[in-house]
Amino acid sequence: MSVLIDANARVLVQGITGRDGSFHTQQMIDYGTRIVGGVTPGKGGQTVCGAPVFNTMREAVVATGADVSVMYVPAPFARNAMLDAAPSGIRLLVAITEGIPTLDALEAYEELVTHGVRLLGPNCPGLITPGACKVGIMPGFIHAPGRIGVISRSGTLTYEIVKELTDAGYGQSTCIGIGGDPIIGSSFLDLLPLFQADPDTDAVVMVGEIGGNDEVVAAAYVQAHMTKPVVGFMAGLTAPPGRRMGHAGAIVGGEDDTAAAKTARLEAAGIPVAKLISDVVRLLRARGVEPSR
Amino acid sequence: MKIHEFQARDLFREYGIPVPPHAVAHAPEEAVRAAETFGYPVALKAQVHSGGRGKAGGVAIVRNAEQTETEAARIFGLVIKGFPVRTLIVTPASSIAQEAYLSVLVDRSARKAVFIGCNEGGVEIEVTARQTPEKIARLEIPVRRLAALTPEDCLSFASCLFADPAHAAQAAAIVAKMGSLFVEKDCSLVEINPLIADADGRVVALDAKVAFDDNALFRHPESLSLRDMESEDGDELEAKGEGLSFIRLTGSIACMVNGAGLAMATMDTIKHVGGDPANFLDVGGSSNPHKVVAAFRMILRDPNVKVILINIFGGITRCDDIARGILSSLENFPASVPIVIRLVGTNQEEGRRLLEGTRLSFAKTLEEGAALATKLGGAA
Repeated sequence: MSVLIDANARVLVQGITGRDGSFHTQQMIDYGTRIVGGVTPGKGGQTVCGAPVFNTMREAVVATGADVSVMYVPAPFARNAMLDAAPSGIRLLVAITEGIPTLDALEAYEELVTHGVRLLGPNCPGLITPGACKVGIMPGFIHAPGRIGVISRSGTLTYEIVKELTDAGYGQSTCIGIGGDPIIGSSFLDLLPLFQADPDTDAVVMVGEIGGNDEVVAAAYVQAHMTKPVVGFMAGLTAPPGRRMGHAGAIVGGEDDTAAAKTARLEAAGIPVAKLISDVVRLLRARGVEPSR
Repeated sequence: MKIHEFQARDLFREYGIPVPPHAVAHAPEEAVRAAETFGYPVALKAQVHSGGRGKAGGVAIVRNAEQTETEAARIFGLVIKGFPVRTLIVTPASSIAQEAYLSVLVDRSARKAVFIGCNEGGVEIEVTARQTPEKIARLEIPVRRLAALTPEDCLSFASCLFADPAHAAQAAAIVAKMGSLFVEKDCSLVEINPLIADADGRVVALDAKVAFDDNALFRHPESLSLRDMESEDGDELEAKGEGLSFIRLTGSIACMVNGAGLAMATMDTIKHVGGDPANFLDVGGSSNPHKVVAAFRMILRDPNVKVILINIFGGITRCDDIARGILSSLENFPASVPIVIRLVGTNQEEGRRLLEGTRLSFAKTLEEGAALATKLGGAA
C-alpha cells in the first residue's frame, strides 16, 4: 500500500513529444514507472521512449488502460489538455506545468471534479512512491522506501527534507508535491486523510509556506481526526509582506498567512514545526517515530 | 499586474459600469484646467499603485482654482508608500447618499470566484471582515458561470449592499458586468470602494481598482500595454527578463538558490543563525550558466552585500551547469565578496570538480553554509 500511486499505476504523459515531456518520460521509465503511452494532439502514431503517442486522452486510455496522467504541456495549452483529460477515464491528473492562468486552472478543476478525477498541482513536482513508481520531476535517487508520508507546496525544499529523512534512515511511503499556485487541485486537507488511512504510513511531514490558509485548515483537521504524528516545516519567516516569493501563491496578504502566524496555529494544534531542515528528523524522533529502514 | 485607477475607470466604462467623468493631470496647471471644465467642487486623486491614498494625503476636495493649484502641487510632491506621485485625476465631487463596498476575486480555499459586498463603503474590508464578519456578504460562483450570472443571483446579492430596491437593481447590473470584466480580462481583482448611491439616486463607482493575473497576460496584449514601468520594481523586471525571481532586502548576506521554497528556507536559516539576508533569489529549474551570471550581476549591485551564499539542490538543475555559471561569474566579477557554496544533487561530483582551486568556500549542508556565510562578514 501507499498513497495514490503504486507499482501498478499505468501512466500516460500529456505533452510527451515536448522537450520536458520526453526527458522526464525517460527518467520515469528508468525509475520503474509503467509509462503506457503519451498524448500530443496532432502527433498520434509516433513513438517516444518506446511509448505510443495518441491524439486524445480518451483514445489513449481506451488503448492502454491508463489510470493516471502526468502533464508537461506548456501553460498556454494546459487548459485544453486538462479538459481533454477530464472525461477520459483516468482517476488522477498530475499537472507539472508552471504559469497556468488562474481562471484556466479553476475551470479545469471544476471539470475534473465533475468527472471524479483528482487533480494534483498545477505547478508541482508530482508524486513518488519510492521504489515503486515516480510520476513527476523529482530526483529519484534521494528517496528510499519507508513509512513517512510527505506533503509539500515546494519542489527543491522537499528534496532537501526528503534527503535529510533518507540519510537518517527514515524512508518514505509516498511524497506528494501539491504545488505553489494559488489554485491547486489537492490541498493538505485533501491528502492528509489518505495518509491517515494508509497502513504503510507511520507519520506525516507537512511542508508549508507563506500565503493562503491551507496549512491552518489542515492543522484543525490533524487535531480533530489524525492519530498519526504530523510534523511541520514552514518556509518564509523572513519574507516581506505583499511580495510574491517566486511561487505565484507565496505572498503574505495579511496577518494570518505569515509563516510565523501559521507556525503558531500548527503548534497550537499539536503539530511541532521545525525551524531548521535538520530539525524535522529530530521532531519525528521526539514524537516516537522510529527509522524504518 | 496592477493598473492605475484612471485605467481601471476606462475599463469600467468599456464594460458599462457607471463611473463619474475624470481627466488625467501631470501638473497643477493641467489639474486647474480640468477642474474649470468640470466646475467645482472636484476631487483630486493621486494615481499610485498603492492602497491607503486618502490616509496618505493623496486625495483632496477643492472648490476653486487657487485651491486646486495649491492642493495639486502638494499631492505631486508626495511619495506614497515609496511611489512618487506623477499623475493625478480630477473628477467632479459626488454627493453621497449611501456608500457600499463591492469586489470580485478568486477564493483560494473555495476554488471559486467570489463576490464580496458590504453595505458600508470606504472601509478597509479586511478589517471589517475580521471585526464584524456579519456585515460581509459573499457570493461564491463557479468560474464558468461568472460571465453568465442570473439576474436573480445578482439582485439577491446586491440587496445586501443597498436596502433601497431601486439602488439594489442598479447594483445588480454592476455585479453582472464585473463578472464579465473579471473573466474576459483574466483579472485577479476587481474592486469598487466605495460604490455609492448619489443624491439623485444613481449608483456609481467612485473608485476603481483592477489587477490582472500575471500568468494570463500572454493572451491580453491590451492589458500589458497598461503597465506603468515607473511603478514597477526595476530589479524584479530585470530578473523576470533573465528568467530569475528576485526581491531585494536589506541584509548583507546575498543568496542564490534553485527553487522558491528552498530560497525562502535559505533566508530563514540565515536569519536563524544570526545573519540577515540581502535578497530572495530563485534561479529557477533549468539552469543555464548565463542565468547564474545575471544573478551575480544583480546581487553585486547592492553595496550592502558582504558575502554570497549559493545553495543548490540539483534535480532538474544540474550542478555542473551551475558550476560553469559560477566560473564565468568569477571571471566577470573578479573582485567580488567571499562566496560560500553548498552544491548537492544531479552531477554534484562534476560540479564540485569544476570549482576546485577557486576561492569558493564549500559547505556540506545549508545550515553549515549559512553559519559560514554569517561568520565571513554577514553577522547582523
